[in-house]
Amino acid sequence: MRLRRSMLFVPGSSAASLSTAFVFKPDSVMFDLEDAVSLREKDAARLLVFHALQQPLYDGIERVVRINPLDTPFGHDDLQAAIRGGADTIRLPKTDTPEQVRELEAAVERIERDCGREVGSTHLMAAIESASGVVNALAIAQASPRITGIALAGFDYVMDMQTQRGDGTELFYARCAVLHAARAAKIDCYDVVFSDLDDEEGFLKEVDLIKRLGFNGKSLINPRQIELLHNAYAPTQEEMDYARRVVAAAEKAEKQGLGVIAMGGKMIDGPVVDNARRVLDRAAASGLRKE
Amino acid sequence: MASDRNPQVAGLAPFAGFNAKIPFATGPEANGDRKILPDLEEAIRRTGLKDGMTVSFHHAFREGDKVINLVVETLARMGFKDLTLAPSSLLGINAAIIPNIQSGVIRKLFTSGLRGKLGEAISNGLMDEPVTFHSHGGRVALIEQGEIEIDVAFLGVSACDPFGNANGVSGRSWCGSLGYAMVDAMYADKVVMLTEEIVPFPNNPASIRQDQVDWIVQVEEVGDPAKISVGAARATTNPRELLIAKLCAEVMEHAGYFEDGFSMQTGTGGSSTATSRFLEHRMRAKGIKAGWALGGQTGGMVDLHEKGLIGTLVDTQSFDAVAARSLQANASHMEISTQFYASPLSKGATVDRLDMVILSALEIDLNFNVNVLTGSDGVVRGAIGGHADTAAGANLSIVVGPLLRTRIPTVVEQVTTRVTPGETVGVLVTEHGIAVNPNRPDVAERLKAAGLPVKPIGDLYQRAISLSGKPEPLEFLDNVVGHVRYRDGTIIDTVRQIAP
Repeated sequence: MRLRRSMLFVPGSSAASLSTAFVFKPDSVMFDLEDAVSLREKDAARLLVFHALQQPLYDGIERVVRINPLDTPFGHDDLQAAIRGGADTIRLPKTDTPEQVRELEAAVERIERDCGREVGSTHLMAAIESASGVVNALAIAQASPRITGIALAGFDYVMDMQTQRGDGTELFYARCAVLHAARAAKIDCYDVVFSDLDDEEGFLKEVDLIKRLGFNGKSLINPRQIELLHNAYAPTQEEMDYARRVVAAAEKAEKQGLGVIAMGGKMIDGPVVDNARRVLDRAAASGLRKE
Repeated sequence: MASDRNPQVAGLAPFAGFNAKIPFATGPEANGDRKILPDLEEAIRRTGLKDGMTVSFHHAFREGDKVINLVVETLARMGFKDLTLAPSSLLGINAAIIPNIQSGVIRKLFTSGLRGKLGEAISNGLMDEPVTFHSHGGRVALIEQGEIEIDVAFLGVSACDPFGNANGVSGRSWCGSLGYAMVDAMYADKVVMLTEEIVPFPNNPASIRQDQVDWIVQVEEVGDPAKISVGAARATTNPRELLIAKLCAEVMEHAGYFEDGFSMQTGTGGSSTATSRFLEHRMRAKGIKAGWALGGQTGGMVDLHEKGLIGTLVDTQSFDAVAARSLQANASHMEISTQFYASPLSKGATVDRLDMVILSALEIDLNFNVNVLTGSDGVVRGAIGGHADTAAGANLSIVVGPLLRTRIPTVVEQVTTRVTPGETVGVLVTEHGIAVNPNRPDVAERLKAAGLPVKPIGDLYQRAISLSGKPEPLEFLDNVVGHVRYRDGTIIDTVRQIAP
């Protein structure tokens, strides 16, 4: 089970950022070849990202590449560089339909065969940025076994909805719909970026909301937000103690060959154990929550 | 007759009237404004300045300074030649003196550092004589040893009274501490004060005293305080600098000196100013207060002082308007000269009492030698400042900096210019990890015990090279353009002309 709390956007054209981003220890790093890169820098960025992907200092961090859409002149070249460079995951922007995912899947498989990479080793992630994407979220989430997550992208979505970013009401349906699709498909789900870097309070408020909704984490545009986010997702001592008791009870039941897990006279379901393991993973990654 | 009663004693001049020997003592009316001259040229004439002599300045206004260029221009217009310029430092704005070096008005230069076009010109062989680079404490030592003999000091202040009593916290353009100028006032043969405003006598406090001042000239402006914090001193939102600052605060907490009453100097780089913010949480969490902080004072330090977390601010240079305001308002904000701050020859240099200092680096090498003077291109684009002084004096010196600047490594095999010897540097903090000088096994042990990412400096070097590739060695000509003097006056390195 991979922790996917933080996905840090790194502009593919910035050599300085590409050579540093791992020091901030995000769970995933997303090398961006799409919106953060100007038209005349597309080729240079692709080459830089190809090299950054091979940098061993990124070991332990999920390497995601956001390619340009496949119907642009850059998409297929981006995909070649990302897969040959060793990307763990391809993030497809502006995903409106499951067909786009299947088209991507086919292209990925061809490249894997061409370059000798294990077929199926490249994961996919779809970013949902429109009303039709939200409506098709479940079909998108289930479009390929390679899909490990979907992400809601707020900026284009609110434009499409003819509204603007505000207190979160404008995203409420999309968040719920995308999250339900992800959970139904048993994949991870990322919330939108929070772009006001100086509004720490607002960021934490939003993180609290999406954590309670059930998101795995958020896409981030500034490394300063990583520690805040990880801390918000870190368990309290009380949560940690409870999770330990649950896992211990589950292990005991397994050892004794019991089908039913009991703790303090109460029965515990499988999902409760899974949740407890997630709590322990988060604690192992970032310790207990600091107030 | 009075003369009859005049005793004739061999070797002693006979009394000849109350003002015969003391020309100023002719009564309050003639006395009051006698130091005030109508213009700078007149003041220069009165000092008796001659070709080949040494003039000095302070640089408390940093990039906002209006005095150095004005005085040099006036000296050039008056036809002076072969002067030695000995300001406490020069900055980017002083590129204006380049033509006066070319024309021979200035023949020799002492400074803490150079920036911008002047640094580039000197690195390209502008001067016939090598520039002498010194630390702040080292400058005072050169003065005390007589190598820098200041004939005339031109000192810019926002306000002084008719007798020359001046501080940096009255009038319009506050620079805060006059720490550098205090030394020049103490040692110069003649002192000319350039002031924006003449305030009623006595101007209190008198950082520069009436008994040190010869002449006063009123000028339109001596400096722009808004430009003091341009350049070296700045606040940061850069995530990498914040990460370094956070690690640095953790080093300070665990290195063995974080006890109630500790002392520190935090410097002015992006990371070092940010460190104070992280330090605050740790001080509160552990119930620890600093006894005093030395500097180079900034708004960050003032904030901690006003929150009761630092007892006394000991200030030789105020790096921003907040620090200047605090010097004026806070009783425990103490103004000191650079001699009091760092002179290795004085009877007491404050740096010797420091627990921890945070320092920056343009380069640091595998032996922990630090370069803060020349850039990766070999061009002079920095200043020694108090670097070598505090590193030598403090119980622990902590160098902070990014492992790479864009694609240029900060950790190198050998520094381009050795400014601060590695034996005085304790810890290096980068965003990629921490290295501890092998001569501080005690510190390494404590930091490792605290779970901090301590690595051999060689590992950090290898990591830098793996990210950037190994840079081509710089090419220099044989011509020496600068002498780097250690704080005790010895020569620790030279700067050579860069290959064209």
